[in-house]
Amino acid sequence: MAADLVTRSATQLAAALAAGEVSAREVVDAHLDRIATTDGVVADGDVWAAKDAGALGPDEVHAFLQVTATAARGHADDIDRRRAAGEVLGPLAGVPLALKDVLTMRGAPTTCGSKMLEGWIPPYDATVTELLRAADVVVLGKTNMDEFAMGSSTENSAYGDTRNPWDLDRVPGGSSGGSASAVAALQAPLSIGTDTGGSIRQPAALTGLVGVKPTYGTVSRYGLVAFASSLDQAGPFARSVEDAAQLQSIIQHHDPRDSTSVPQAAPDVLAGLKDGLEGLRIGVISELRGEGYEPGVARVYQEALERFERLGAEIVEVSLPHAAYGLPAYYLIAPSECSSNLARFDGVRYGLRVDAPTAEEMNAATRAQGFGPEVKRRIMIGTHALSSGYFDAYYLQASKVRTLIARDFQAAFESADVLVSPTSPSVAFGLGTKTADPIAMYLNDVATVPASLAGIPALSLPAGLAEAPDQPGTALPVGLQMMAPLLRDDVMYRAAWAFEQDLSFDPTPAGPRALAAGSWRPTTADNGEVAR
Amino acid sequence: MTVVEFRDGWELVVGLEVHVELATNTKMWCGCSTVFGGDPNTNVCPVCTGQPGALPVVNDQAVRDAALLGMALNGEVEEHCWFHRKNYFYPDMAKNYQISQYDVPLIHDGYLDVEVELEDGTLDTRRVGIERLHMEEDTGKSLHVGDTGRLHGADRSLIDYNRCGIPLLEVVSHPDIRDAETAQGYLRELQAIVRATGVSDARMDQGSIRCDANVSVRRIGDDLGTRTEIKNLNSVRSLGRAIVYEADRQIAVLEDGGTIRMETRHWDESKGVTETLRVKESVTDYRYFPDPDLVGVVSPPEWVEEIRALMPELPAAIRARLSEAGVPMAQAITLVSGELMPWFDEAVAAGADAQAVANWLTGDVAGQLSTEGLTLEDSGLTGTHLAELIALVDDGTLSTKLAKEVLAGVIEERGAKGPAAVAEDRGLQQVSDEGELRAIVEQVVATNAATVEDIRAGNNKAIGALVGQVMKATKGQADPRKTNELLREVIG
Ligand SMILES: [Zn+2]
Repeated sequence: MAADLVTRSATQLAAALAAGEVSAREVVDAHLDRIATTDGVVADGDVWAAKDAGALGPDEVHAFLQVTATAARGHADDIDRRRAAGEVLGPLAGVPLALKDVLTMRGAPTTCGSKMLEGWIPPYDATVTELLRAADVVVLGKTNMDEFAMGSSTENSAYGDTRNPWDLDRVPGGSSGGSASAVAALQAPLSIGTDTGGSIRQPAALTGLVGVKPTYGTVSRYGLVAFASSLDQAGPFARSVEDAAQLQSIIQHHDPRDSTSVPQAAPDVLAGLKDGLEGLRIGVISELRGEGYEPGVARVYQEALERFERLGAEIVEVSLPHAAYGLPAYYLIAPSECSSNLARFDGVRYGLRVDAPTAEEMNAATRAQGFGPEVKRRIMIGTHALSSGYFDAYYLQASKVRTLIARDFQAAFESADVLVSPTSPSVAFGLGTKTADPIAMYLNDVATVPASLAGIPALSLPAGLAEAPDQPGTALPVGLQMMAPLLRDDVMYRAAWAFEQDLSFDPTPAGPRALAAGSWRPTTADNGEVAR
Repeated sequence: MTVVEFRDGWELVVGLEVHVELATNTKMWCGCSTVFGGDPNTNVCPVCTGQPGALPVVNDQAVRDAALLGMALNGEVEEHCWFHRKNYFYPDMAKNYQISQYDVPLIHDGYLDVEVELEDGTLDTRRVGIERLHMEEDTGKSLHVGDTGRLHGADRSLIDYNRCGIPLLEVVSHPDIRDAETAQGYLRELQAIVRATGVSDARMDQGSIRCDANVSVRRIGDDLGTRTEIKNLNSVRSLGRAIVYEADRQIAVLEDGGTIRMETRHWDESKGVTETLRVKESVTDYRYFPDPDLVGVVSPPEWVEEIRALMPELPAAIRARLSEAGVPMAQAITLVSGELMPWFDEAVAAGADAQAVANWLTGDVAGQLSTEGLTLEDSGLTGTHLAELIALVDDGTLSTKLAKEVLAGVIEERGAKGPAAVAEDRGLQQVSDEGELRAIVEQVVATNAATVEDIRAGNNKAIGALVGQVMKATKGQADPRKTNELLREVIG
């Protein structure tokens, strides 16, 4: 029973919970057991800490930085009591979730994957955290991430790498690698990540998950420790499109505490979810057709387009003439904002303090010791880009590119309802293979940053498996990116659901170096085409 | 602009930057109280202490207040403006950037007319241009323990974030000021306007209005000289003294063949000098950029008119109205700057003569209050009381001397009793009942036959002695005019 629970989708668990077939406590315990046996935590006490990076075994995922076990069990018991008392509960009440450690949760540390915030207990809940609690979604703990969400592999965490459950020697992508791996490893059916330039979509692609960046402004940023404020957006990870839609429905909410929260009602992503592809125009972006992509990725993408056609969608060719400037523009705007956002980490009020004779020296020593190399690199790039004499050429120019890209999308959406592209140019790459080359790492984001700059909704869903070029015989997930106009997340979900139904991708990691799934892993898919 | 010679051959050029702390209930970006004087770090929250993940939301009242003051200063409201981040590290600034306005402030292009009294006693109006009013946030306060009392060299520093995030409005003048009197007049008038609009209590002693002066000198006809910025000006008086000191210092340096450094200088009130605070070797690069946590502030014309409709009568208009009512300018200035207008208007509305009310308010009322150490508000005296007092003098019930005693009585009672009641209680009315007074007069005439004869013989001055007798008999409560009349009548 317990073992089987962790393979179920959130929607299935919610149905079983509502029907009284299983208790929230049983569901939570099953997932805590899965974490205890696969993640590399010290499963002891109220809050389980992750082992030190050096002590992690080669088969331990290290998705979690801390597991709030006692609090999760307490919440589950409370849900069971209230359900027994006849209280009407939310649709995902009792379903467990992993929270990226960039969102504050009262009573538990928030580290953002940085030594700078080690030991900081936020005095308040993020709006997302509040909404999850109000919906009785049970938070299991906080997940690993690239330091302050800067990175594409989760190798920039100060607390060690997170491994990809599909191949434990490979990265899960980033920056929300912990949240992705937790769901892929069946440690939680759902998780929350944040996406600034692809930090949900790219790890979703690399770990075979559905990952969604909702329209900018539909999910509150209050309590999301900022990397780049104009781009950051929290969103769901799940093993199915419907699960992701359920979770998005809970967290999308107007928030008067976030000035950039859109006042109009967010789209209902559940209502038309299963309406099918009929009449939808799928736009293929000429500039993101596969140049520079791994052959396997290009092949899976081509198959995806054929699938759309077969399913009755109209395929149209669209152009985003300025998409090529997206990456450089992104790598000026995001660091610029980060250089200012991260100024508050100075040793004065919270987190790390390295003592020194003067306030200025204390600030400098604290920041020198507290930040990792990638964060320092981006702070320096951003500081430079905002400096007088350079501002016009860098920040201002990048802002103009941003406007042009938004206009490109507007024009493209006149002839297409949903745009598609591969999510990432590659399948999951080996741990340590790109860390020495920041530019190679940044190129992971080439297909995801345009939607970030335009603020439009975008998701990644599994489109199939492909061989890693460096290791013949492997079969690793490939993601398909979908993008929709502002506040039309519903159309994107609808197309994704139809695609998913036809593909029947099995999200359970498989392969020679895959995380041992245990005896409960389904051996065959039960309908349609089998992806692997 | 006419040239005003400051010293022989030298012209003084001053621009003022005035920070006004808005008297909103809550801070600029969060719901924390703005009350002055709470225990350290009690009016704080995740937003104003810059906790990771916390976000600012604009206080609508602060924008309304800023627009109102901007319009009072004849400025134009920008329909679309926004906030920038001014990046620099300082421990009492929780985020290490200040949210401020940069390229597009809420208000631009205003002016203030300052009236300066010339040596011959006439008034001269000087117009000082206002470049902009921009919204920003205040910082916390640092307390440096040990050594110099400044950040450098302190043993340790304590920070109180209660003030952090209180809305500030910076009013930036053009360098249009040519003498210390105009600078002082500008600051005084600005304070009066701030108070009239109610956007701040404008108390320099509590820092709710703060003024920095940019001072330079030049030989008449030359280009602008290098300026220094003077800080720590805690009163209108300090502003005047500091400007004169600094200008003389700069002239001395230049006349010695030296050059002026671009720097920030600290006014030392006790020594009466300015001292170097920090040298601006290069322009500090604040790396301004639009704050991505905030959206623009939109002020459509209807909204602007809605705010404009709330505009109270401003000090200049009040002074003009007083002057028309015959109140001398000196009294008018006192009435406005002393915030006595509500009492004045109430008394006049109750039928009192404007001139008389002005005399009382700026004379005896002010005098008695200052002796008692009371504010007008606390004294309980109302405009209606004042009107009643004036009426009692006018109808002869009270002499001026008695009226002052009655006023003291009303203040003593904290306004619980009005002038008539106080006069009655304390037996302070003049004896003006003709029958009663006639009887006393007849008796005085009967007992002073020699003096009466003297008067009848044509010595009119002798009547004074009889008046004195009547006064003595009535303990000073006889109406002198009536007494005189009756004496003449009885003597025949
Ligand atoms: Zn606050």
